[in-house]
Amino acid sequence: MKRSLIRMSGLGGQGLVTAAHILGTAATKDGLVSTVNPFFGAEKRLAPAESYVRISTEPIHQRGEVLFPNIIMIFHPHVITLGKCYTMPFFDGLQPEGIIIVNAEGELGIGREDLDKLAALGARLYSIPATAVAVEVAETELATNMAMLGALIGVTRIVTFASLREAVLERFGGAKFVASGTTAALDNVLAAKFTKMAQLVDKNMAVMEAAAEAVQEHSLAAPRKGGCHVCGRQG
Amino acid sequence: MIEQRVARTAGEVLEPARRERRFMTGSEAVKEAILRSNITMAIAYPITPQSESMHLVGDLYAEGYIPDYFRGESEFAVMSQVAGAAMGGVRVFTATGGPGTLRAFEMFPCWAGMRLPIVCCFFTRGVNSPLSIQPDTIEMAFLLDTGMIMLHAEGAQDLYDFTLRAFAIAEQTDVHIPVGVFADGFFVTHTREMVAVGPPDLKLPPYDPHRSPVPAMDMEGVPVRHMRDPFVMKSNFISYAAHASWQQEVMAAAERSRKYVHQYLGGLLETEDEDADILIMAAGTAVSQSREAIQLARAQGIDVGLVKFKCLRPFPTEEVQHLARRARAIVVPEFNRVGWLAREIKAVVDDNSRVVGAPRVFGGMTMPSEMILAQLKACVPATR
Repeated sequence: MKRSLIRMSGLGGQGLVTAAHILGTAATKDGLVSTVNPFFGAEKRLAPAESYVRISTEPIHQRGEVLFPNIIMIFHPHVITLGKCYTMPFFDGLQPEGIIIVNAEGELGIGREDLDKLAALGARLYSIPATAVAVEVAETELATNMAMLGALIGVTRIVTFASLREAVLERFGGAKFVASGTTAALDNVLAAKFTKMAQLVDKNMAVMEAAAEAVQEHSLAAPRKGGCHVCGRQG
Repeated sequence: MIEQRVARTAGEVLEPARRERRFMTGSEAVKEAILRSNITMAIAYPITPQSESMHLVGDLYAEGYIPDYFRGESEFAVMSQVAGAAMGGVRVFTATGGPGTLRAFEMFPCWAGMRLPIVCCFFTRGVNSPLSIQPDTIEMAFLLDTGMIMLHAEGAQDLYDFTLRAFAIAEQTDVHIPVGVFADGFFVTHTREMVAVGPPDLKLPPYDPHRSPVPAMDMEGVPVRHMRDPFVMKSNFISYAAHASWQQEVMAAAERSRKYVHQYLGGLLETEDEDADILIMAAGTAVSQSREAIQLARAQGIDVGLVKFKCLRPFPTEEVQHLARRARAIVVPEFNRVGWLAREIKAVVDDNSRVVGAPRVFGGMTMPSEMILAQLKACVPATR
């Protein structure tokens, strides 16, 4: 297996730390080697936050930020449009034939220059209305991160749904977990929203499965004159 | 709460017959180590990236594993309070990092001077202005001459093992000085990886204050007498005489710890391909980044080996001199601006123009393995 180096970029409060934790845990349950680490500034909502997940069949030594990802997951359009990220220009470092998954409804907010650069790299660009899927299936925006994971699985099958289920159960139902004070407070809000743990796990899995179906690929080919930058549609 | 049994020997806990592999952060590895360390007291003060670890130690208190725990008023207060606990004759633990380390600084040489076997974890973080909460090992440069033993963990596994073993080293009668266990903030504290831990129902034998070289809870003897009735208040002559012997004895205690570092950590250093043309000498996360760089370098035919420092105080002077004999170049990658490790190495090896103090990153960013590779490549023309 080729080593997967995943950079998740988003905003504080969107659950990137949790998403990375669950993905890494699932990978280890699938018998793979994984390391996971978040990076954030002084904690506050809507500030830039990133999580990095490395998955491989071989031992992983490298630590810290993933500078040369082959998968980039963008949890919020502001990562690109407002530069809320730790890498500038944002797509620098993406490996050839890399994968990008954006949480977006409609316009992706990626400029023509970036799209051309991605096309030259042979990258594959996907979008998923992750927040909309989370609200529709789990009735909470807090499951946006699960939708993003679902989209990743839809595109890459990098871990199994069975392992993800176990990882979700462990994360929310198992041993007490401390990522930070604010994350703990958020957990309480989540727990209150779902009456039973099983229901929480089921809902999260339903979000992931729905997102895996809903993820869409966008052509990176240059548009015909007047067409949409992303999908090439006229008018 | 799991019913715990006191191990007959420290070895049962430090080298358990069976280990369970679990996916955890460095902070959680500290909790697992403290769970098995049979401490009487822990005192906390939060600072990123340390906060999670003492929070989790607080959970151990809440669960009933630790008899006493509280949050101090500041890092300076905490380091003074753990000194009080240690002078009282109990095993105590705390952790800090970055600005917290500096705020508490006065107490570190005091700990050593008072011969207190305190174990403290330091989770390194930038301390300069502009503000950073991210990893940077510069505080280690400041701590090199405080008299404490300094161990540097590469990852969460080291952090678990070193923290437990630190108690065994610190509490030897002929050592009995503090041990700082260092790990790079975020790169270790917040990184989740596989860690093999011993059985949770087994804990270290208790600290025995009667084995201390200075009497615990004795107002008339050192170290309490040093504090409540300082020599310098009586006579400068007596004070000079006391310092002349006492400070040397503290240094000698650190020297005597070498044999225990060998016993419990398997040496002050660890090496891989030590006969290679080029050696990377590194500590902490820089070791991990170097491992990756070495794989890349070997693929390009570069002959490079690795020296990992596990213990920086006492410094493995003779080991480094021996390893450096044949190396044509010594590359020292560091996560700080000043290059303190390169400085330490340059101070002891012959022909120190061979020591390349690079690459260096600071202020929190990671060190791409490619940067180390570039440095290795730069050494090649000179060595062929």
